[in-house]
Amino acid sequence: MTPVALAPEAEVASEGAVKTKKLVIIDYSGELEKTWATLILASTAGAMEMETSVFITFWGLQTFVKDRKRITGENWMQKMMSFMQRPGVSHRKLSKMNFMGMGPWMMFKLAKQYNVASPKDLLEMAQAVGVKFIPCQMTMDMFGIKREDLIEGMEEPVGAATALQLMTEADSTLFI
Amino acid sequence: MNNLDIKVKVDASGLACPLPILKATQAIRTVGPGELIEVVATDPGSVKDFPAWAGSTGHALVESDSANGKYRFVFRHK
Repeated sequence: MTPVALAPEAEVASEGAVKTKKLVIIDYSGELEKTWATLILASTAGAMEMETSVFITFWGLQTFVKDRKRITGENWMQKMMSFMQRPGVSHRKLSKMNFMGMGPWMMFKLAKQYNVASPKDLLEMAQAVGVKFIPCQMTMDMFGIKREDLIEGMEEPVGAATALQLMTEADSTLFI
Repeated sequence: MNNLDIKVKVDASGLACPLPILKATQAIRTVGPGELIEVVATDPGSVKDFPAWAGSTGHALVESDSANGKYRFVFRHK
């Protein structure tokens, strides 16, 4: 079979100056499927040379604790919280059909079968294309999560005002 | 189409979204302005996704075709 040219719209060559678009994602849920979506969009936006910031708050912050870290927090309640929801990008749970880890296991199995990048790989690729991951200071305080608990390459922790400033200056903002 | 001076070739066959785009990004970062890369993908979404990527980044899509379920794209670094 000889190669055929793709549809005309695929032929549109784009040259010259392109205005840099800004994307902000608020990573809130910390659930596996939503974290996956966040990291797919963030890595792709970075690859598309969009100025991409991910503001990480509440349950979302658990994703950015080092995978090998088992317990975080200073007091018993913070430690209990981290015990009940194991931190790390590789330990997220599904919001539905989790079934004691059966759901995520099947998700990862299917992802591998269909060559879908894992959240961990996507996170590394997002960092490689310059996506900024910005932790929420208040969430760090409340859960007792320290800078050294978080993965390398995160931005300085900030608060709601900085997050809102990013959002108002962005071309698109997502709350996931 | 065989006389193009392609610096880097990427085979993203079998890879699901967004990996073809991420592989292309890695590849185009290794070449200089004006140089060409070629990406082959099997993801049908790439037919629309690669022009979108080119439009956003400013790298030019100079050639694209498909044969036997494979989509081929050539980009020129901006």
